[in-house]
Amino acid sequence: MDWLFLTETIISGLMAGVMYSLVALGFVLIFKASGIFNFAQGVMALFAALALYDFLAPEGWFNQLFGFTLPVPIAIVATAGVMVILAWLIERLVLRYLINQEGIILFMATIGLAYVLEGTGDLLFGSDVKPLDIGIPQGAWDYLLDTHGLYIEKLEIFAAITAAILVTVLAIFFQKTRIGRALRAVADDHQAALSVGISLRAIWVIVWAVAGFVALVAGIMWGSKSGVQFSLSLIALKALPVLILGGFTSVPGAIVGGLIIGVGEKLAEIYVGPMVGGAIENWFAYMLALAFLLFRPQGLFGEKIIERV
Amino acid sequence: MLYRETGQFKTSYQADQAIFPIAQDRWFIFGIIAIAVFVVPFLIDDYGANAVLLPFLVYAMAAIGLNILTGYCGQLSLGTGGFMAVGAYSTYKLFTAFPDLNLIVIVILSGLITAAVGVLFGLPSLRIKGFYLAVATLASQFFLVWMFNKFGWFYNYNMTGMINMPASTMFGLQLTGPGAHPAVRYLFCLGFVLVFALVAKNIVRGRLGREWMAIRDMDIAAEIIGIRPLYAKLSAFAVSSFYVGMAGALYFGIWLSSAEPVEAFDINQSFLVLFMIIIGGLGSIMGSFLGAAFIVLMPLVLKNFMVDGLDIAVVTAKHVEIITMGMLIIFFLIVEPHGLARLWTIAKEKLRLWPFPH
Amino acid sequence: MRGCTAATTTSRGEGEKMKFAKLTKVALAAAVVAPMLSATVLADLKVPSMDYRTGPYAPNGIPFANGYSDYLSLLNERDGGIEGVKIVNPSCETAYNTKQGVECYEKLKDGALVFQPLSTGITYQLIPRTIVDKVPVYSMGYGRTSAANGKIFPYVFNFPATYWSQATALVQYIADQEGGMDKLKGKKIYLVHHNSAYGKEPIRTLESMAAKYGFTYRSLPVDHPGQEQKATWLQIRREKPDWVLMWGWGVMNQVAVKEAASIRFPMDHFIGVWWSGSENDVLPAGDAADGYLSGAFHAAGAGFPVHADIKKHVYGNGKGKGEIDRVGEVLYNRGMVAAMWTTEAIRNAMKIHGTKDVTGEMVRDGFETLKVDEARLAELGMKDFTYGIQITCENHEGPGKVAVQQWDAKAKKWSMVSKFYEPLRDITGPLIAEDSAAFAKENNITPRDCN
Repeated sequence: MDWLFLTETIISGLMAGVMYSLVALGFVLIFKASGIFNFAQGVMALFAALALYDFLAPEGWFNQLFGFTLPVPIAIVATAGVMVILAWLIERLVLRYLINQEGIILFMATIGLAYVLEGTGDLLFGSDVKPLDIGIPQGAWDYLLDTHGLYIEKLEIFAAITAAILVTVLAIFFQKTRIGRALRAVADDHQAALSVGISLRAIWVIVWAVAGFVALVAGIMWGSKSGVQFSLSLIALKALPVLILGGFTSVPGAIVGGLIIGVGEKLAEIYVGPMVGGAIENWFAYMLALAFLLFRPQGLFGEKIIERV
Repeated sequence: MLYRETGQFKTSYQADQAIFPIAQDRWFIFGIIAIAVFVVPFLIDDYGANAVLLPFLVYAMAAIGLNILTGYCGQLSLGTGGFMAVGAYSTYKLFTAFPDLNLIVIVILSGLITAAVGVLFGLPSLRIKGFYLAVATLASQFFLVWMFNKFGWFYNYNMTGMINMPASTMFGLQLTGPGAHPAVRYLFCLGFVLVFALVAKNIVRGRLGREWMAIRDMDIAAEIIGIRPLYAKLSAFAVSSFYVGMAGALYFGIWLSSAEPVEAFDINQSFLVLFMIIIGGLGSIMGSFLGAAFIVLMPLVLKNFMVDGLDIAVVTAKHVEIITMGMLIIFFLIVEPHGLARLWTIAKEKLRLWPFPH
Repeated sequence: MRGCTAATTTSRGEGEKMKFAKLTKVALAAAVVAPMLSATVLADLKVPSMDYRTGPYAPNGIPFANGYSDYLSLLNERDGGIEGVKIVNPSCETAYNTKQGVECYEKLKDGALVFQPLSTGITYQLIPRTIVDKVPVYSMGYGRTSAANGKIFPYVFNFPATYWSQATALVQYIADQEGGMDKLKGKKIYLVHHNSAYGKEPIRTLESMAAKYGFTYRSLPVDHPGQEQKATWLQIRREKPDWVLMWGWGVMNQVAVKEAASIRFPMDHFIGVWWSGSENDVLPAGDAADGYLSGAFHAAGAGFPVHADIKKHVYGNGKGKGEIDRVGEVLYNRGMVAAMWTTEAIRNAMKIHGTKDVTGEMVRDGFETLKVDEARLAELGMKDFTYGIQITCENHEGPGKVAVQQWDAKAKKWSMVSKFYEPLRDITGPLIAEDSAAFAKENNITPRDCN
């Protein structure tokens, strides 16, 4: 047994898991607050990354319209602004009319939304691969590789730190602020929340905006890794097993689920894959999640499903 | 005025429980079937068959299958693409192993094999529900596609893993392979879809269908009144997969005649069929047809209209087509969340009273 | 339903009334989903494009489609078409999706002279159909490799080189670097491939070669789309192969190049297939991609006379499909060279049949007796751009030669670093014979006599 390599595999798995968690977080936020399984989350990440690139690139619309490009921090804030506007539009044009519909209908509506965003993104920004470089360190961590022969990717460490900060901020936001309390109230019971004077619509805009911001973070990380392009929207498929493993309604679940899936699929691919011909990562993640579900049908941290006749 | 049931008396329970108890409905459907069987085959060309009618029939079949599982039994599944692959590969293996076997038998056998696989992957539904189940069925989607891509036995160890439908004839007419007349292929699919749509309609109206609906509406309550969830859910998976498997067999055998698992049966396939039943109407056989027609025809109409009619650049037209499809989906969900089938019923209600508003 | 091919071009400029009439007509037709063909004025040469400018593989599809269309426009603008007959180039969007490709083919096939399906899946779809419809398919270097056997696939052409020839060429390049074919013994050559029919193409060839030359071979599949390849590259890091080959496509390429750089795999021992060697694939990795290799059968860059002509006649007249500064990218040049061979085949068809009103069947003959030598390339403004080819009845693959090009990240430029390698026909020949015989058996085709 090559212990160093095993360590490397596990660390890489954990890091990859964090990258999945970033996407899964967005799903959780929206599901928690509104019961919507938002399939458009992946496309939102793509859209955010495209918008961010546009603010930064010389050939972008922004430069053509105003004659200058934005520095990175301001561009990120501006993109967050775009995501807030998007959230408002989604509430205004779609969700408002679908209150009280069944889950599957809302799910379907978000797929329609994904189509619209996907087409709009392509139409506005073009389909080329856009290298996104906002100064996130990339490549192997040289010190560890040279001294210990341990290979860890810098981008992924950066992503892990970002994810930690993001989850802390979200936790504080949910637990300590007025809006956060309102969000939790809505998540618990829509009608009760309405009856104490919480505006459901405002809450939905906020939740979608926060999910849009999480999508932006995910878009930055994945976009730095592979360049911003259409395939970015497909990372949603990587986040789904994380989501069911951790539970649709739990933020810590999304993180822990991501770590389990990440490590599990890497170990499977490297140690079991060669025996059966490889490329088992994708379905293994789902099978792993399925195995957990058989014991806890609501995911590891999901709220217990209570059924009454 | 024209659409009125006054004066149509039922003198037996049988007549009262007919699929189309109203004479006008009956004649309308018979008329459509007559046109489909006797007129369309003379008009059909390659474009009509390959781009419009065969996809419509194949997807209608798949949509009926998924509707049985999701619309009638309430089990959300995203594994349709994988099950279609089972049907397609069964057809390929059976046909290359027994070239003399009648294709009708092969398609039905493929359906049965898929049903068995469906039951296997339906087992988790006994414990997992709702969206958790939907994502869990993705496991079957990814696993099946991986398996067909990986093991040479499934594609007879050829060099690339593509499967090709060999040429064959039925009743002296060429049915598969190059040079098959579009009308022959169309009629073959049409026959399957008509017969099995009728079967499906009768299953869902019978005891089994009622059990499924009870499970869908509330499984705990259903269990208390004596419906066995194990039997009901797994039978829904079996019947549903049988239909989806046949759809996969027709998809590969008749329509495309060559396929690669990764692309032909990918997850988009599963989503496409799900769209059809939601847009068409959950829990409605008619809705499966309407949904399939909508999802197959709408992009073609949009595309041909924009590219040929408005002279929009092809790529812009494609983007606009995607956006428009998305908007139409949202629009229909807002207008009528119960799908096109529901709109159809409403239209009939209105027509009954026409020209009076009440 | 077929009647409404409304003369699109002739009606242009005949006033609003005509346009309105056309619109209503088209709207009606579209409502019943009639197949409509754009602008087929008699005697125009219809060379359709099946593009994919949307979907996950759009970044690769766009430059190819631009190159293909621009070269056809160049002939129209500069020479007035082929031998004075204008080319029309209706395009259809496939999104790299087989089902949409079939729809496009059925829509465009009436009067079409040749198809360039641009996808392995679509090519497999079209191969049986073309025999009936009598339209040649020119799947340049992709699609079904065994279609190189012209005796069994009369309507399919895949010159100048197939994936299998390329696999042998890349191994020869490796042998050259190692110091001879005998030095391959005991070396480790791994293949990272897209887990699809396309990606699995070279496996059998490499297996045969591994057996013959005694190198260790292993394949590492990567599932579509391939954004997460950590497990693959960790295995490469552990097992330290001497060389890595890659059959990748789309986002998989960019991620693989980055991952390889991260684990410090030497870039000059990492060779991509020709679809993994464009600017798109290496630019996101920045300087780390320096030295990365890929197969090629034509040069990169815009330094040839033909590019100057395209810039002048096509972009100068505002007819360019893309951006002028992207003329000369690898995939752009590939589309351009595809159009060049296609139009030369049409020209050849006109010559051997002595008519300017050619059909798909005649163009097939044109392909089969096509000869574009170095002298002709120079006339076309493509001296040293690629190599001369000659197609025969038996051999639809042509010479099958492949060179290796290298990426210079400082100059942001690809340049050739090897000669063009002849394929090892003793390896590919039996495989082609076996696979095409299987097709012939499945479809009851008797190989035709080529003498």
